[in-house]
Amino acid sequence: MTEQVHQITVTVNGVARRGEVPARRLLADFLRMDLGLTGTHLGCEHGVCGACTLLLDGVPVRSCLILAVSADGHAVTTVEGCCEAGGELGPVQQAFQDCHGLQCGFCTPGFITTITAYLEENPKPTEEEAREAIGGNLCRCTGYQNIVKAVLRAADLKRERESADE
Amino acid sequence: MNDKLVGQPLVRKEDPRLLRGDGRYLDDLGRGALAAAFVRSPVAHARITGIDVDEALDVEGLVAIYTHEDLPGRIAEPLPLLIPHPDLTHPRTPYCLANGEVNHVGEAVVMVVATDRYLAEDVAERIRVTYEDLPPVVGIDQARAGERLVHEDAPGNVAARSVQTNGKGEAHEAIASAPHRLALDLHIERSASMPMEGKGVLAHWDADDRTLRVHSSTQTSTSVRLAVAAKLELPPDRVEVITPDVGGGFGVKIVHPWPEEILVPWAAMTLGRDVKWVEDRREHFTSSAHERAQQQHVEVGFDEAGRLLGLSVEIWHDNGAYVPYGIIVPIVTSTQLLGPYKVGAYRVEFTSLYTNTVIVTPYRGAGRPQGVFAMERTMDAIAEYLGMDRLAVREANLIQPEEMPYDQGLVFQDGRPLIYDSGDYPTMLRMIRDLVGWDGFEAERAAAAAEGRRIGIGIGAYVEGTGMGPYEGAHVKVETTGEVVVSTGLTTQGQGHYTSLAQIAADVLGVGVGDVTVITGDTRRFKYAVGTFASRAIVTSGNAVAIAAAKVAEKAKRIAAAALGDGVAPEDLELVDGRVRRRADPATAIDLRTVAVLSNPLRYAFDEETKAATQFAAATATGEEPGLEATGYYMPERSTYAAGAHGVVVETDPETADIRILRYCVVHDCGVVVNPRIVEGQVHGGVAQGIGGALYERIVYDDAGQLVNASYMDFLIPFATEVPHIQTAHMVTASGLNPLGLKGAGEAGVIPTSAVVASAIEDAEGLAVRRMPISPSELYELRKARQARKEQVSA
Repeated sequence: MTEQVHQITVTVNGVARRGEVPARRLLADFLRMDLGLTGTHLGCEHGVCGACTLLLDGVPVRSCLILAVSADGHAVTTVEGCCEAGGELGPVQQAFQDCHGLQCGFCTPGFITTITAYLEENPKPTEEEAREAIGGNLCRCTGYQNIVKAVLRAADLKRERESADE
Repeated sequence: MNDKLVGQPLVRKEDPRLLRGDGRYLDDLGRGALAAAFVRSPVAHARITGIDVDEALDVEGLVAIYTHEDLPGRIAEPLPLLIPHPDLTHPRTPYCLANGEVNHVGEAVVMVVATDRYLAEDVAERIRVTYEDLPPVVGIDQARAGERLVHEDAPGNVAARSVQTNGKGEAHEAIASAPHRLALDLHIERSASMPMEGKGVLAHWDADDRTLRVHSSTQTSTSVRLAVAAKLELPPDRVEVITPDVGGGFGVKIVHPWPEEILVPWAAMTLGRDVKWVEDRREHFTSSAHERAQQQHVEVGFDEAGRLLGLSVEIWHDNGAYVPYGIIVPIVTSTQLLGPYKVGAYRVEFTSLYTNTVIVTPYRGAGRPQGVFAMERTMDAIAEYLGMDRLAVREANLIQPEEMPYDQGLVFQDGRPLIYDSGDYPTMLRMIRDLVGWDGFEAERAAAAAEGRRIGIGIGAYVEGTGMGPYEGAHVKVETTGEVVVSTGLTTQGQGHYTSLAQIAADVLGVGVGDVTVITGDTRRFKYAVGTFASRAIVTSGNAVAIAAAKVAEKAKRIAAAALGDGVAPEDLELVDGRVRRRADPATAIDLRTVAVLSNPLRYAFDEETKAATQFAAATATGEEPGLEATGYYMPERSTYAAGAHGVVVETDPETADIRILRYCVVHDCGVVVNPRIVEGQVHGGVAQGIGGALYERIVYDDAGQLVNASYMDFLIPFATEVPHIQTAHMVTASGLNPLGLKGAGEAGVIPTSAVVASAIEDAEGLAVRRMPISPSELYELRKARQARKEQVSA
């Protein structure tokens, strides 16, 4: 039994990455095993916990439910790509530190990517909207209190940084 | 600077790394290692009649297949009984791979090693194991009946039976002669720790050096090291165990050695290749550990004021198929049940029972939620019986501050007397009364009722033994760069030790928290430790860090005094702002980093800095061991007792029986707080798990012993939308037992949640809630049963 492999090219955090993968390789495993980008974590491998969430062409998806071959020709943003261009913490990441929005940190990358995409859609959420925005990701440590705060703080930081850039 | 860092809500030092995706969890390590996968039992109780691997042999990438017969020496023997106890008369522990019989779904039968995990799974699914079914024992009722046996040589399925009394009279007599008596039957169902990262092991055998390096996602690297060394018959000094970043533990990862922690290193040694195993979610459900399930029978005698005169509790505890962790959970239930109350004569008896389900070991709270449920349900039942205010019944039974230290007359899980060291429980109850709005609640209820809404309020309190021994230690070293490196043996899985322990060390050494690097859970750096569990890390390691840092500070003063000369004595000096300076004349000072250079007298200089330590240079202190470093240990005499009270307001839907939490309040006392931000986070997380345990999370086995909800789709962990805003208030009664006055905080939030939610639902509905968790459909059934009773009475 030999597995057939497929050539794929995926733009990961702005860089075109080529790979040869078996058809069944998950996108998460391609990133982790083939590219060594281990920031994307697998918590349940059945699409519920959201730890493996990344952005596929800007849209949050569960990378445990997507095959690497189906990302061929698409753009992926992982938690590693949520930093500022200079490598400083991005607004969502910074907000998580400021608000103590993480404890063990395992689910955190999925929250960072989810919130990054959400704030593009809704730059100024209310507390209730913030809670709803993270309502598809599981965290076992924080009780979500400080993650909700971090969403609001991230929105402020993002606006501040954007207006400073103008 | 030099404002004390202990007590400040500093942001965490470890966060930037984790937030960038630069964390290193177990599965992030060992790229290119061989992958292990397991064939696990699909049945609850059976004899293995055959294992056929023929079909698996032509999978490309297969490296090895192992069954029990392949295991040599001590690896083929059962895993150790970690915590023996005289009452644990029939201990049974599992084998690494099943030895002819399986006792729960998920038990490991065959180990496969292949070039990657996909291929290892291909191999595993081609291995055919045949079973001859045995009747399974599922649930406490069936275990108690004893007609079917999990282990033929454990009659009645009884692993242990244990009785404790508090030496304050004979409980049954006290109850019989009390003015009033009540009896309650209570049930708590199974739940589980469910960290977001499962377990995992990576092993590297260096054949030239004959050393084994094991990475494990564990709560105790030092104990894994000793257990692996014992099983693999290696000298402990040839085994290193490193705990990388850990994606949550909550108790399940304190159990060790897991079969995989022995098998993966053994395979790495046998094959001469790195081997890694990472647990998937289904494996975590079926082959790690669960907790909580208990039945309880409470009998209580009390007077007109609601004061307890006698209390007798019988507990039937489901310990699953094996008891590697002993009977710690029911011991904790039995002893911590008393909470902040004086109960008169107390007798508790527990029976720990085998069932054909996965093992039961501590999950955050570790038996306390069940104990508090029993006690607080009893308090509410007394209030109902006497027509008293529920809070007033509790107040009538509180231990008063002037009675501290208070001896409950029992033996705690650390083998030491259960003596509460400090606490102010009346203040705690007053605070929760105000925070939850107890006094104004009847008006609130009336207002809600006017809108057709049904609400209820619940309250409860607990005491938690924390910071137990036997010990923790720390090594503190000042590098010649001025960096302070703190190494402690216990592990970390999200509790913020890199920050809180740095705060403690920085205060003692007069440096900034940014100057301190903390290393945890790496036996190469610190070999002696117990582990991170039972709300003990900050108490034990925190004090050990303070003790070690104080030794370093004293040494720095001696070396600095010698270097400063001019009659300066060590006691004239203080450590401030990274310098050792004269109290009376702060300008007379020497940098701490220079002291570090001088602490190591040199024959040879290797840079500008180190010239100062060579033989023809400055005066160095004589009689000192080289290095500005020291090791310190803290060995508590006994546990220190934290406490708290929770209050909750719930709304129950009159039509759908949906249960919604409107308000959740916490008063928490964990002594001196090192980092309030971190403690608050611990409380939040605990409460969320408590709410899960009260309303959503239950592990369901069917009659055949199949775990029917072994996924996150079916086992309902609360999302953000299920956890309400949590209001907290803190009080501080310092512990007199340790130098820093600390008490533990890790488990606090989860402990009384089921009790208070049950209380609030009872209050909203006017019916008795005796079983948790409770779902809307169960509440609906309770309503129906009450209606049926009413109709029966009126007929």
